[in-house]
Amino acid sequence: MKTKRLSVTKNLVLTGVGGQGNVMASRALAGMLVDAGYVVTIGETFGMSQRGGSVMSHLRISPDAVRSPQIPRGGADVIVALEPLEALRVLTVYGNPEVSLLSNSRSIDPIGVITGERDYPSEETIRIAFARLTARYWLFDATAVGLDLGNPVLSNVVMLGALAGTGLLPIDRRMFAKEIRKTGSPEKCAINLKAFDAGFSMSK
Amino acid sequence: MTRLLAPAGSKVLFLGNEAIARGALEAGVSVATAYPGTPSSEVIESLAPAASKRSLYVEWSVNEKVALEVAAAASFAGLRSMAVMKQNGVNVASDFLLHLTASGTRGGLVLVSCEDPGALSSVNEGESRYFAGMLEMPLLEPADFQEAKDMTKWAFELSEAIGNVVMLRSVTRMSHASGNVVCGTLPAKARKAAFEYGGPIMDSQTGPMISTPVVAKHLLRRQKLKAVCALFEKSPFNRYTGPARPDLLLITASACWLYAAEAVHMLGLQKKVGILKLGTTWPLPPRLVSQYLRKARRILIVEEVMAFLEENVKVLAAGNPKLSEDKTFFGKYDGTLPFAGELNPDIVADALVKIFNIRRCGLSSSYQEEARKTAAMLPPREQTFCAGCPHRASFWSIHNAIALDGRGGFVCGDIGCYSMAALTPANGFGTMPTLHSMGSGTGLASGFARLAPFGFKKPVLTVCGDSTFYHAVIPALINARHNRADITFIVLDNQGTAMTGFQPHPGNEVNALRESVPAVDIAAVCRAIGAKVAVCDPFDLSATGSVLTDFLAEKDSLKVLILRQACALSPEKKGKKTFEMKVDESLCLGDACGCNRLCTRIFRCPALVWDRKKKKAAVDEVVCAGCGVCASICPRKAILKSQAASAAASGG
Repeated sequence: MKTKRLSVTKNLVLTGVGGQGNVMASRALAGMLVDAGYVVTIGETFGMSQRGGSVMSHLRISPDAVRSPQIPRGGADVIVALEPLEALRVLTVYGNPEVSLLSNSRSIDPIGVITGERDYPSEETIRIAFARLTARYWLFDATAVGLDLGNPVLSNVVMLGALAGTGLLPIDRRMFAKEIRKTGSPEKCAINLKAFDAGFSMSK
Repeated sequence: MTRLLAPAGSKVLFLGNEAIARGALEAGVSVATAYPGTPSSEVIESLAPAASKRSLYVEWSVNEKVALEVAAAASFAGLRSMAVMKQNGVNVASDFLLHLTASGTRGGLVLVSCEDPGALSSVNEGESRYFAGMLEMPLLEPADFQEAKDMTKWAFELSEAIGNVVMLRSVTRMSHASGNVVCGTLPAKARKAAFEYGGPIMDSQTGPMISTPVVAKHLLRRQKLKAVCALFEKSPFNRYTGPARPDLLLITASACWLYAAEAVHMLGLQKKVGILKLGTTWPLPPRLVSQYLRKARRILIVEEVMAFLEENVKVLAAGNPKLSEDKTFFGKYDGTLPFAGELNPDIVADALVKIFNIRRCGLSSSYQEEARKTAAMLPPREQTFCAGCPHRASFWSIHNAIALDGRGGFVCGDIGCYSMAALTPANGFGTMPTLHSMGSGTGLASGFARLAPFGFKKPVLTVCGDSTFYHAVIPALINARHNRADITFIVLDNQGTAMTGFQPHPGNEVNALRESVPAVDIAAVCRAIGAKVAVCDPFDLSATGSVLTDFLAEKDSLKVLILRQACALSPEKKGKKTFEMKVDESLCLGDACGCNRLCTRIFRCPALVWDRKKKKAAVDEVVCAGCGVCASICPRKAILKSQAASAAASGG
């Protein structure tokens, strides 16, 4: 697939829960786009993120300039969520009627839900909120795909593949393969490419 | 090859902290030191693997003051060096820093302070910029990633040119953000170290490195500032963008420049607002700043936390009637921007909306209402101790021992993941009514324990982590011993600087360069101080509880309990279970038990789930780390543990 070059800055929020590979996914995505000649700014906070907290990366993909590492409220073009509750959380701050959302459907319960004190929104409630707060959304079980491939954490790469499948950003399989080869062993690259392809076919 | 050593000309996506590290390498840094602390740790973490390839010595120092001293020694010997720390680390280093700025330096010496406006990973939002003014050292603040690299490199040159330490200040949104950087050349040759000290006392190149004669050395430091100002006047790190005669001059620095530029763009104010972005923020270059102050009658200063820049701009303007007459200054003092917390493009945009009395186009009210309704139903993701975290077990025992003792004892807290014990709702058994700086828990405990003559009779406990013990606790512990403060001091020894990413500390047998080194034994240090010392595995609730009960009952002595168990996230432990856990549903009585869901609601392990359908507790096998502790807390003995297959295979 030939991807069209961006002429204006695109704002993407990548979100999930500590330990889901959020930071790895944002780095891989940004690496691909830097190689393609874009100026990418990633805003991130980590430190306590491994301790089960919400994690969020802001990616600004610009044809020409460094942007604020924080996206203004209501300013996301695309949201990629590794966990549905976090998708909702990000939507309520950075969403707008034009936003596109890709969300993993597999939930990770916060401690208040685990202990029975709070309720996790039902899938129906989540779908209704997604429909009302986005222009378009994709919801599928990326964790199940990861588990089929041997590791649930691959859901982050499944989501990247799905993002490529939507054509919302100028990324493709060749770019991902090049990026993943920079750091991974051949076996790791192969499994990551499988996860990417599985995601790609889910949103295309 | 590490990314940090990418060849000249390559375009790399660097974390702000990696850009700082690369800049230091391009400057030919020979010695880099630090004490870990978010958001600063990645500078040394990225430099350490490059050390062997670059003739570079890297160390995790015991604390920030020693880190700066080690770096200064290299500078005195003519090498380029840097010390890296988080904002409050500068306070720790500040006593030495006061004297260092007086003695001056030789090889370029850069103090990197990575600060945390909004306290995203801190228990303070301290400001080190005031140290620059107070100790008269130049301050540089990068506003993007390329600048973080280029400015760091230049900071070494500047330090060497003036013979004094230079401070480079970053913030979380710069240090932990990433962006494009074009790499420069790495110098081929390393310097040789030599320390000369036989020359005249006022000759900082050949004389002794001391702060006396104090007044003469102070005047010399003032002289150096003149040279700094001259260099700052023509620095490319200060830039103006906007119309020749703006309606409003916006003065800013650091990541705030990116927020300001975004806000101006968002509101379409490019023809009205001019932005003066300063990279050299102390001392302000007077001619340059005056030149732009003359352009506008309204001035807005955008910066995070304190009004440091605003104050300095106003002082400069006050010195010249032409610059202060008919001017309106907007910033923190007039309430346009907040004095606390971090900024973002929205906060700056809101300030501009107020000043220009305009409207900001936004989302429809129906969309906003929908978003508000959705947000209200979302359960928060509270931070809690991880599954298998030794701190949960430790605080469980501490809480129960205090309750059993019955005299209302309490714990003076300290800095680490265990600070979460101060968050009562997140941990039903937390007991930590004080929490300040590293080591302060022991100092406070030492003080509380001497209040008996004033009628204060509660038993006093204090905790600290293993890395904190070496960093700042030892003097307070000696104080407790010397002044006969009767305290129970608990070391939560999880065998590494866990919270910031398992950097080694003096208790480990490896250092930053992965060399094998002798470990300093906490128990031996405490015994040498004269404390009664016990060591327990916190997962053994009964042994830990009985030592604590004895310690609380024992009067007139300093008692130390070392609770030793590696962090659940440590590389050697992660993913390895000692026990398989399950709930016997025939034994768990659920809400009929009378325990009031002790295991899920109070113990609050992320692996202990309240099963809504069965109305009983259950173990989430995926999340469970297999520590086995919950088997000891159930009054019905309904939580069962069995040796995990992996643990049995490796002999447990």
